[in-house]
Amino acid sequence: MEVNKLKEVKLFLGPQHPGMHGNYSVHMYVDGDIIKKARPMPGMLHRGFEKLMERKLWMSNMAIIPRICVIEPDINEMVYAMGVEALAGVEVPEKATWIRMMILEMARVATHLFALGGIGGPTGLYTSMYWAVAERDLILDLFEKLTGARVYHIFIVPGGVRKDLPEGFKTQLGTYLESLEKKLPEYQELLLKHPIIHTRSKDNILLPAEVVHELGVTGIGMRSATGKAYDLRKVKPYAFYDQVEFEVPTATYSDALTRIHLKFQEIQQSIRILKQIIEKMPDEGPVKAPIGTGNALKLRVPAGMVYTAVESTRGEYGYFIVSNGKEKPYRIAVRGASYPQGLLGIERYLPGHRIDDAPLWMDTMGVCSPEIDR
Amino acid sequence: MKQEKSMLSPLKAWKYLVKEPVTVSKKDIFVKPREAADRYRGFHVNEHDKCTGCGTCSEICPTDAINMIVLPDQPFVDGKKNERPAFDYGRCSFCGLCVDICTGDSLHMTKEYVHITPDVNQMYFMPDELGIHQKKFENGWLRDEVSELLDLERYEMKHEGVSRKSSFIEIVKGFSYEMALAESSRCVECGVCTQTCPAQMNIPEYIRTVYDGDLKKGIEWIYKTNPLANVCGRICTHKCESACVISNRGDAVAIRWLKRYIVDNTPMDQYEAGALAYVTEKTNGKVAIVGSGPSGLSCAYYLSTLGYEVDVYEKNALPGGVIRYGGPEYRLPEESVKKDILMIENAGVNFICNTELGKDISLETLEEKYDSVFLGIGFSYSRPLPIPGSDNHEVKFAIEFLGQARDYNRGLRAIPDISDEVIVIGGGNVAFDVARTLIRLQEEKYGKSSVAMAALEHREILPADLEEIEEGEEEGLKYSFGYGPQAIKVEDGIIKGLHVKKVLSIFDGEGRFNPSYDEEDQKIIPAKQVYIAIGQMANFDFFNEEMKNNIEFFRGKVKVNDNGQFDHYPWLFAGGDIVRGPDIINGVATGHDAAKAIDAYIRSK
Repeated sequence: MEVNKLKEVKLFLGPQHPGMHGNYSVHMYVDGDIIKKARPMPGMLHRGFEKLMERKLWMSNMAIIPRICVIEPDINEMVYAMGVEALAGVEVPEKATWIRMMILEMARVATHLFALGGIGGPTGLYTSMYWAVAERDLILDLFEKLTGARVYHIFIVPGGVRKDLPEGFKTQLGTYLESLEKKLPEYQELLLKHPIIHTRSKDNILLPAEVVHELGVTGIGMRSATGKAYDLRKVKPYAFYDQVEFEVPTATYSDALTRIHLKFQEIQQSIRILKQIIEKMPDEGPVKAPIGTGNALKLRVPAGMVYTAVESTRGEYGYFIVSNGKEKPYRIAVRGASYPQGLLGIERYLPGHRIDDAPLWMDTMGVCSPEIDR
Repeated sequence: MKQEKSMLSPLKAWKYLVKEPVTVSKKDIFVKPREAADRYRGFHVNEHDKCTGCGTCSEICPTDAINMIVLPDQPFVDGKKNERPAFDYGRCSFCGLCVDICTGDSLHMTKEYVHITPDVNQMYFMPDELGIHQKKFENGWLRDEVSELLDLERYEMKHEGVSRKSSFIEIVKGFSYEMALAESSRCVECGVCTQTCPAQMNIPEYIRTVYDGDLKKGIEWIYKTNPLANVCGRICTHKCESACVISNRGDAVAIRWLKRYIVDNTPMDQYEAGALAYVTEKTNGKVAIVGSGPSGLSCAYYLSTLGYEVDVYEKNALPGGVIRYGGPEYRLPEESVKKDILMIENAGVNFICNTELGKDISLETLEEKYDSVFLGIGFSYSRPLPIPGSDNHEVKFAIEFLGQARDYNRGLRAIPDISDEVIVIGGGNVAFDVARTLIRLQEEKYGKSSVAMAALEHREILPADLEEIEEGEEEGLKYSFGYGPQAIKVEDGIIKGLHVKKVLSIFDGEGRFNPSYDEEDQKIIPAKQVYIAIGQMANFDFFNEEMKNNIEFFRGKVKVNDNGQFDHYPWLFAGGDIVRGPDIINGVATGHDAAKAIDAYIRSK
């Protein structure tokens, strides 16, 4: 009896852990190497954003929302702006829409690179992390030139974007894309063909189609399991995604390796989209349409409610915005794309895996803890 | 993708030894740090002399990182607060919204971004021109017309066309609901205007009521400091608008017109409820107010709201003083004046008209009958011009003439006796009132108009508002600015014209009024009547000899303490023109101040 009691040990994964994604914690009850029970412990990054937004001006919220997903802030700005524009009935100028798409795709590349590099943590292949983070930094350099900030860009605002492109930006982006494309084969060798990765991720951490439907997983998780090309950019195009050509990579067998592959392919598709954006974006034209009259302190959004969503790197990312016509939002609810797998999924499907696969599970399932906490 | 099986594949890694690293070496981070991008949102700098202390940066700040700190040493100037923003870099999110909304164009972000300190207090600082480390750095993020967060263009009120000159129709049309809403949304609610307004009106608060659609509340806010809402909504000298921080980079918020929108559009029952919101229970105490101009009305209203019994003595037939007999109908319609005075009457003020101090009643009697006396007699006499010919009966004076014109507009008398070719001497707003009233009367009487104007000052330094000069020109005034009147040319008792000389300078080397003329450049401007509008003054004959000795006079005004109280006569108070010179809003302010002081005085008795 006594022996059995000691058999089960409680282990804390996070909130500080090299393989952890953000400040998130999982309490694992393990028997030997195998997780028997898992309890996700969110809240380490809870800053009450949804409530906070009800107390801030429509414009001031622009600086708060990017923090809901730290590594991919731009989707927040985009859905928020789309929501406000829908309520206010404002048409975004053409050039602004192209700039927005460009930002979103640059962010997608950067985030996927970060996630791919992040696999280095749980697998012990640290080279990939150094490479990918350095590579992502080059995109952040471009972001800095365009928006004035590296991570929290606060650049997409209701009505358009805050400034026009700096001089020569398209060329700089084009040059960067060329160099990234040349480097991709090296990433393939480093990650996708690497024996360590194969050993750790092949036929491991499965995500069957039934689980996708049960939890409501979107994004790469869903596309890798069901074979369905459900991508908001295709099925419900926002911005000008209906005017560019790209493919949505899918698979029908979802293990960790497949999902890594899909991320890689999405980078390739994003490069393809970015090249088209550079070509199609007009040189001249306004980049911001006025929303109402008056200064930003007095901005009022007409009463109404709207749900807007974009395709993030982890799936459908949406805001439900309710306005009562005042200077501050009445209610904003965030649909974080990692909520189903990051909270429900961990509790239900992490048990059965080995301890060392837990961080890998989080990485390849696409879990961004701040958007669970909000 | 297949797994690599070759045993030799790790050897490929050697090629990276000869490649250029993408990272920066540690020593370079400090020795030659990378330069930030041109738009980088780095540390803040603030040009203190440009900063207005309006606090708009602090309002927009999403993280409450900006606090406005009062600097007591900062000199007080109109249009500026003695506050400056301090930044808490523990909270700042470096969004740059503060830079984009800065009204004074003083706040910028530099390319500087490294700040290392073990002391958290050093994260909180007040930026000046040099920023956190007192080192000059290039500017990073700058506001441009796209990132602009202010609305710099005023929504203009409609004006009557030139055909206005044939009638006394009000020139400026009111705001529509949409325009008022749009105009009110331009205000940043900094309160610099309140600080500048002589009456310290709660301007941001009442503009807010327009934006919120709660006009009754707006009336309450206005009546809190100014019972002449209709008058000031039309002809106030709007010092607030010259101070408005939006005017640093764009057009000032149309504060006066928004006030007018509130008073014109509040339903009468709500208006009355708002205007009388401050009336309290009756209290013991009787106060006499002499003169029912702006200061007298203001003093009377506030004393009445405090519960005192107030009698206002007026020498003319109708109460109102300058607002009844001065401002022309096309700027200040009779209904506006009536509405203001009605509200003051409803607050419990008693008017005793046709009673002149010193003639019909003496100051001694008032002192006996009342607990306190307020003098708001105003500058109600025109200043004479001692030049040859000025004793002719066709030489008229501004104040008298404007009163006659208003009475004619009210239907109380026949059209004033005006000739078809006249000249007005003077370059202030009153001179323009006279000239433009003359145009209208001439159009009515003769079907055409011919009004000339002569003033010592050049057009650029004319004391009148630019608006008056431009509108007067549109209406056909013939200007001779920069010409000083020398004599009125009279032949056989009939005026033929005005002899003027070109002015070289108005003041002499010691700054005294002593015009010098160009003898080569002189002319005679033909006219059959001359109107003199070179200023107004008060008549202090009602003071007895003892009082005249005890009261200090300077430049036609009397000296009183800050509350309007005479040093020698604690029961006697004064306000308006005779304290601060002719200006309606100053009158309202001094009247209000005196009311508070009179209350304190009566209570202390």
